[in-house]
Amino acid sequence: MMQFMLLFSRQGKLRLQKWYVAHPDKLKKKITRELITTILARKPKMCSFLEWRDLKIVYKRYASLYFCCAIEQDDNELLTLEVIHRYVELLDKYFGSVCELDIIFNFEKAYFILDELMLGGEIQETSKKNVLKAIAAQDLLQEEETPQGFFDDHGLG
Amino acid sequence: MPAVRGDGMRGLAVFISDIRNCKSKEAEIKRINKELANIRSKFKGDKTLDGYQKKKYVCKLLFIFLLGHDIDFGHMEAVNLLSSNKYSEKQIGYLFISVLVNTNSELIKLIIQSIKNDLASRNPIHVSLALQCIANIGSRDMAEAFGNDIPKLLVSGDTMDVVKQSAALCLLRLFRTSQDIIPGGEWTSRIIHLLNDQHMGVVTAATSLIDALVKKNPEEYKGCVSLAVSRLSRIVTASYTDLQDYTYYFVPAPWLSVKLLRLLQNYTPPAEDPGVRGRLNECLETILNKAQEPPKSKKVQHSNAKNAVLFEAISLIIHNDSEANLLVRACNQLGQFLSNRETNLRYLALESMCHLATSEFSHEAVKKHQEVVILSMKMEKDVSVRQQAVDLLYAMCDKSNAEEIVQEMLNYLETADYSIREEMVLKVAILAEKYATDYTWYVDVILNLIRIAGDYVSEEVWYRVIQIVINRDEVQGYAAKTVFEALQAPACHENMVKVGGYILGEFGNLIAGDQRSSPSVQFQLLHSKYHLCSPMTRALLLSTYIKFINLFPEIKAQIQEVFKQDSNLRSADAELQQRASEYLQLSVIASSDVLATVLEEMPAFPERESSILAVLKKKKPGRVPENDIKENKSPTPAATNHTNDVNASNASQADLLGLSTPPTAQPHNSSNTGVLLDVLGDIYTKPSNNVSSKTSPIVDPKKFVCKNNGVLYESNILQIGVKSEFRQNLARLSLFYGNKTSTSLVNFVPVVLWSEEQSAQLSVQMKEVEPTLEAGAQIQQMVNAECIEDYSDAPSILVSFWYNGVPQKVIVRLPLTLNKFFEPTEMNGESFFARWKNLGNTNQQRSQKIFKASQPMDLQAARTKMIGFGMQLLDGIDPNPDNFVCAGIIHMRTQQVGCLLRLEPNKNAQMYRLTVRSSKESVSVEICELLADQF
Repeated sequence: MMQFMLLFSRQGKLRLQKWYVAHPDKLKKKITRELITTILARKPKMCSFLEWRDLKIVYKRYASLYFCCAIEQDDNELLTLEVIHRYVELLDKYFGSVCELDIIFNFEKAYFILDELMLGGEIQETSKKNVLKAIAAQDLLQEEETPQGFFDDHGLG
Repeated sequence: MPAVRGDGMRGLAVFISDIRNCKSKEAEIKRINKELANIRSKFKGDKTLDGYQKKKYVCKLLFIFLLGHDIDFGHMEAVNLLSSNKYSEKQIGYLFISVLVNTNSELIKLIIQSIKNDLASRNPIHVSLALQCIANIGSRDMAEAFGNDIPKLLVSGDTMDVVKQSAALCLLRLFRTSQDIIPGGEWTSRIIHLLNDQHMGVVTAATSLIDALVKKNPEEYKGCVSLAVSRLSRIVTASYTDLQDYTYYFVPAPWLSVKLLRLLQNYTPPAEDPGVRGRLNECLETILNKAQEPPKSKKVQHSNAKNAVLFEAISLIIHNDSEANLLVRACNQLGQFLSNRETNLRYLALESMCHLATSEFSHEAVKKHQEVVILSMKMEKDVSVRQQAVDLLYAMCDKSNAEEIVQEMLNYLETADYSIREEMVLKVAILAEKYATDYTWYVDVILNLIRIAGDYVSEEVWYRVIQIVINRDEVQGYAAKTVFEALQAPACHENMVKVGGYILGEFGNLIAGDQRSSPSVQFQLLHSKYHLCSPMTRALLLSTYIKFINLFPEIKAQIQEVFKQDSNLRSADAELQQRASEYLQLSVIASSDVLATVLEEMPAFPERESSILAVLKKKKPGRVPENDIKENKSPTPAATNHTNDVNASNASQADLLGLSTPPTAQPHNSSNTGVLLDVLGDIYTKPSNNVSSKTSPIVDPKKFVCKNNGVLYESNILQIGVKSEFRQNLARLSLFYGNKTSTSLVNFVPVVLWSEEQSAQLSVQMKEVEPTLEAGAQIQQMVNAECIEDYSDAPSILVSFWYNGVPQKVIVRLPLTLNKFFEPTEMNGESFFARWKNLGNTNQQRSQKIFKASQPMDLQAARTKMIGFGMQLLDGIDPNPDNFVCAGIIHMRTQQVGCLLRLEPNKNAQMYRLTVRSSKESVSVEICELLADQF
């Protein structure tokens, strides 16, 4: 099972974190710092897999963003790379050639998409079509709501 | 600022932009504090906020939290959002809870009702949201509140597929928290049959769940095997167009395939039914065949997905460890990957080959790739790949290639990365000892290790070389000469001084005849290093000097001068001061006879197991490469060294340095894994084809008939080691339980399985142990036994405990077979044959077995076993030198039974004839049974 997934930038800024095991916040921060430093120090052609404590780390860089997953000894490294790729594809499809800024400004969407792809650290739906369908259904529900907040945000509320 | 999708919270986007525009960390903190104050006042204010505003502020808090700041308010507002009738508000509420709420928070009780409502909603999107939240938090409270609803959702005919998927994984998450959540009975079969579901997404999710359930209760879920094989078979034979959106870059359902292959690895063998096994093997062959087909796409995604399935199939083949053909094919396939362009594939191939190297079927096939692997170790750009290559070389090493591999590892060590040096040193030391046929080679290797990587040579390593040199006469002169030469280097490592000091102190006399290494030269050479060394090494050297006084009286005065120096006699270090003054006094007042007695050559160390491997294992818990197959016997130590006296072994170990404050890394006392992990000792008496797969526990009770110490059981979770002592009809066993995981094992209770009736023959008493075995810790348990009369079989222990909330049971047979109570009896040919005849008079007293050799007939190995069996091996009595003749007395409380034995190997027929004669029939039969199993 996947224990956590981290998205961070080349500058080492954490953009998204998803934990499938419960850890205290302090430990999460420590793990994040340690892994970001380790991975940023690695050269481009190096292997995408690392042994780290009793876990395996699988990471891949897409443009300015690093995607990093921690999996257990029994899990399959190559397929974890493809979980990352599938997630990137989904973000790309949803945002239309996704960039780091999309994820910063719409972080909640990035979470919602991930929750459709993975649940409890296991892959839930591998079909791209089905995940996008689920997200579209969510968006449809939203659009049916009246955008009453529009006025507030423009100081008219 | 990019476009915002959906309903878009403009206020949030503005805030995020502000943060991004901050020029400094201080500015950012200032902006955040301002926002926090604003949100706080909004939440506290009299004006009731509408849903949109709450959502916006909760979302801002979430963003602030994700930036790494602590959030201590807003939870109640988030909880309120859950009951909103607007989906977007509800969704943000759930997100906040999932990200910020800890499993034990009081808030959980408040949200359970909201989740219940959504779970009962007719809108599947709401149900999914609720399930995701339960899975994200996954606490015990959740398990209690929803333990009934979720299994129903999972198997109900009305549930939509997408909800079923979430329900399966949600149940899995809760099952990991709370094992009792899964209802048994008819549910089992309904859950298993999800493997037949039409919807691939449901099957994929369900397979994860079933995998966890199988791990807890393999018997109950056995039915999943044939279904999993059928499903797998359908996938691997499908064309990539068949599965539509579940085909990933031309690979049909890679995720499901991998999960099914993983599921099958829970069973040994993966399929009992021959038909099912046949179909599974066909699947595996198909996967191997497909690997040879030209790729359907140049994209790395295609190759990754395809190879992910291939590697998992190979894992299953290795786990199965019975189809020689598949194992060799797997090995060839991996061999191709070793020179692949993709670093990832090379890395995984090396790792996977490590496992193949431990199978007797594929060990030879792996060795064919030795050159490429050596190149990988030297040339790979990535240290983690080099590390894998080192692991593989270690695993593939055997008698035939040991010299070459060790040499290559030594060469590489000169330039190796600091991060892997220590581990490499341990590996080289282990291999050199294990496969040494010539101990001068072993000595060379270890001295080279010290020269090349002295800083990384731990105490265990240099202790070990000294033990081995002391125990082997033939190598002592060579060791003295070599170490003397090594010490002449202008800068030599302190560890070299330690080894040199010890060896010259014991065996310097063997090279003193040569003028170039006369006593005085030896002394001056050592003493030239003295001032550069730590107090511990100096103390060792002082002991060497007093030994020199005994060996070489001609340099006594010279040495006494050194003892008298203020820096020694008045040293600030109490240990040095004491040694200097005591040794000085000893050299003054003791006669040469007394001196010779006091400083006599060290007695041989009892043959004990190497502790180096334990260090290696401790360094890398959870992942230690194995080097443990077939016939890897090291040269057998002289039979006279063979002893069961554990205490003596402990004592002499501690005395090696002769320091009053023992060094910290003492193998026996301080390392918490200690003897327990010490499996290298196995090489002395191990049956020749013990093949162990990495994941499955090693339980081979037979092996302990001829040996008293070692690892009784080992899995990923627990290791059980034993040390035993026997005196007459009494036995004392120390069992060592080591927790290999990073969590505690609780309710840890070992009990003896031995009926009352049997206890009347062999009484067994076990001390109680603490019920909790902490992570990484080891506990010891004493077992006392008394042989009252003869018995068959041996008692076992049942160890039950909980690991991660899952109950576990392990049954292990104790090394308490009847032969353990043998006392070897020496006798000459005449009296042997007289007794032999005497005992052969009636059929009741003898037992005979003729059997085919189940292992290659290695007489040297057989000899070791016979000695381990406990009787006296009588040489030169039988006219045929290949035959073994033994005598011994079995001690019981009620009587003593004399026992004679003859084992006749017939090499041509590959058969043995074993005859046992004793004064009691049941004894003859049992002894015959026990020993016949060994060959």
